[in-house]
Formats: sequence, C-alpha cells, structure tokens
Amino acid sequence: MSKLHITTSINNEPREYLCEPNQSMLDVLRHELGLTGTKEGCGTGDCGACSILVDGRLVCACLMLGAEAQDADIETIEGVAGDAGLHPLQTKFLEHAALQCGICTPGFIMASKALLEKHPNPDEATIRYWLAGNLCRCTGYDKIVRAVQDAAAEMSHPA
Amino acid sequence: MEAYAYAAPSSIAEVTALLQEHANDGRPTQILAGGTDVLVQMRSSRRAPRTIVDIKRLQETNRLEVSQDQIYIGSAVPSARMQENSELKALYPGLLEAADLIGSTQVQGRATICGNLCNASPAGDSIPALIAAGAVCDIATQSGAREMAVERFVVGVGRNALADGEFLLGVKLPRPGVGTKDAYLRFTPRTEMDIAVAGVGVSVTVQDGICSAARVAIGAVATTALLVPDAAKALIGSTLDDDALQAAGNACQAAAQPISDKRGSAAYRKKIVAVLCRRAVQVAGARAIER
Repeated sequence: MSKLHITTSINNEPREYLCEPNQSMLDVLRHELGLTGTKEGCGTGDCGACSILVDGRLVCACLMLGAEAQDADIETIEGVAGDAGLHPLQTKFLEHAALQCGICTPGFIMASKALLEKHPNPDEATIRYWLAGNLCRCTGYDKIVRAVQDAAAEMSHPA
Repeated sequence: MEAYAYAAPSSIAEVTALLQEHANDGRPTQILAGGTDVLVQMRSSRRAPRTIVDIKRLQETNRLEVSQDQIYIGSAVPSARMQENSELKALYPGLLEAADLIGSTQVQGRATICGNLCNASPAGDSIPALIAAGAVCDIATQSGAREMAVERFVVGVGRNALADGEFLLGVKLPRPGVGTKDAYLRFTPRTEMDIAVAGVGVSVTVQDGICSAARVAIGAVATTALLVPDAAKALIGSTLDDDALQAAGNACQAAAQPISDKRGSAAYRKKIVAVLCRRAVQVAGARAIER
C-alpha cells in the first residue's frame, strides 16, 4: 500500500510527511515527526492525553488520521511556549503543582489553552466540564482547576 | 495486516461512484466524517475497511444553514460548530443539548450528529432529539438525492438504511414556528462522559395555552430510538397538565422494549423513561411559552 504525501502546518511551520492511510495523527506526530510531547494514553478518545488543536479546535490526535491533516493548521504542546518563555498556563501548572507524573499534562495544557481562547474568564463549573475529557490519575484535578483559574486571571490582567 | 486506502473526494458524484465501484467489486469501504466512532471501531477490528472515504472535502457536507423555512446540518459539521451557532441553539435547544451530551470537548471538535445517526447505537443521544424535531435524512445516491424520515433511517443495532453506493449528506429540519420548542433529557449515573440508560426527546407546539402539536421519541430502551405517537396523542389538545404528562409517560413506558445490562435493568429503564418523558415535556412546554 503506497504512502500518502501530506502537506500541513504544525505550530505555524509548513511541514510535509508520508503516512499510511490508516495511521493516526498521534502516530504521525510522535513517530514520523518526532513531536513526542503529545502523549498516547488510551488510543480511543477517552483520556485526552493526545489533545491537539486542529484549525483552532480541540481534538484527540488518536481519533484523527494523519491523512486528514492535509492543508490543516495544527498546534501541539511543542508550540505553546514562545520565545519569551513558558505560556502562563505552563507557569501556573508548575506553581500550583498541577502535575505529578506528567503524562496527562500536555493534553491538559492544550485543552486549557483552547478553553481560555473561547472563555477568557471561565467559572469553575465551565472549567470542569470543558476538561471532563482529560483524565489525570495523580492530582485529583483540584490543583489543575486552580492553575487554570490563576492563568485566566493573569492573562486577562497581566501583572 | 489489512491493506487500507484513503480517498478524500471533492464532489458527491466522485463519492457515490467510488462507493458503488467498490461495492460491485466486493471491496469494503468506510465513510469517514468526524471519525470518533469509526476510528475506534477500526482499531478494535470491529471494522476492517479497505478504503476510507473522507467526506469532509465536500462543500455540501459542510453546510450549516438556518433559513426562513428550514435548517440544514451537513454530515461533516462537527458538534462544536453547531454549538457556536446561536440561532440554531435558540431554535432547537433540545437537539443542541443532546449533541452536547455526547463525548468530551475533544470529541465534539470532530463528532457529527449525522455520524451519531449512521453509527446507529440504541443509546445515541442525538437520535431521539432528531426524531422529535421531525428531521429528514438527505441521502446522496448515484441517481440523485433521496429523503427519509430519521425514525426510519436506523434499522437495527449498528445498522442504518443506506444502500450500497449511498451516503448521508445531511439532515433537514423544519424551522420551528413561534410556540414550538424541543427538549432532550437522558439519565446517566454520571453527569458527564457517560452513555444513556434512557433518553427522551420531545417537541411541543403550544398555542393559547393548548398543546396543538407534539412529537415524542425514546432512546436506549429498544434496539433503535422510537417515535411514540401515543405519547404525542396524549399531549395534543391538553394544557400539558399532570394528567396529560402522566398519560404521555405511560405511553413511553408501553412503547419501550428495553434489555437489562450493566447500565440498568429492563424494569428500571421502563420506569425511568416515563419520568424522563414527563420532565422533558415540562421543559419543552415552558420553552414554548417563553416569548
């Protein structure tokens, strides 16, 4: 079976790759492009560890084929920190100890980033429902919610 | 290792020709829109398609239109895009609530209600809501389009009415007039990320305090979601008073043919479907008289 040639944009850089027709976007990111920040948890769309943004929408990279990325605009955890340093969400996750083992963290950061782009000042219920598709077995979620609230506050009123 | 191919045609004719050609040769195909069911099923080998036909490149499947007489939701429109349409949300709050109950934010970024329909799970939340709304399937065939009421589209567990060479282009819904509103309620043990034990979709029209039209559909209590005409009959002509609600709930209970499984016993499902019906009618009725 011949491979497909895909041209796309990942973290604002044009990229091209070859992939199998049934290869997931997650597999392409990790194994074809070396972008291993996006994690595989369940592989069935239940845990959110592989969350990425596709054309500005939050999706599970395991529930998308690499072939579907043709002409798309993809954002992964590798694109979140800028030249000036960490994104406020990343800083707040560190300050609030909103991670322990860290496997779920890239997915939580991507999901939180998508949340704050749509709802800059979310209440706690909005945060918890939005993040319901991201599973964490370490933190008990409370520290994550606090970190997102704090990041939202800082992003709307920069010190 | 199964051999796969991937095609992303840009016209309806290309898609139907590809589907028909493969059907004639006995080669399986799989339509791909959001992929949130299909890719999971492929991974678990419940589906091992040889050719994946991605329909997201078609202009027609990406239509999301609210016009003066009807609403069109294309089969590639993700749930998140529906939720962002405030006019659609105001006209069909129940359908939008049903779609919002399906999956996480991530899943809703890809998943489509047409996919929910084609996947044909007995517990698919958007199906009773679509039936209550009076939605019609717009099906592409090699000789043009054909239409089919949503309640006839799902024919069994995981089976739909699409023939070889056909695919679902979208669903058409009537634009509800003043005094017509819908609601969808389901019961799950958890508040999020769960599958319905039972669900009820309702649309009612209230004119001068009297219910003049109604549609009631039940989900997760039979092999397919069911339209319950007797529940609608119990409501029409009433003021949506307690007796009418009770009779509509009883009609849903009588129509339900549930199984017992890990999510609930058949007896419990029969009981809860009546409760959900009464509550959903109350929600839709209150919405219908809001001005």
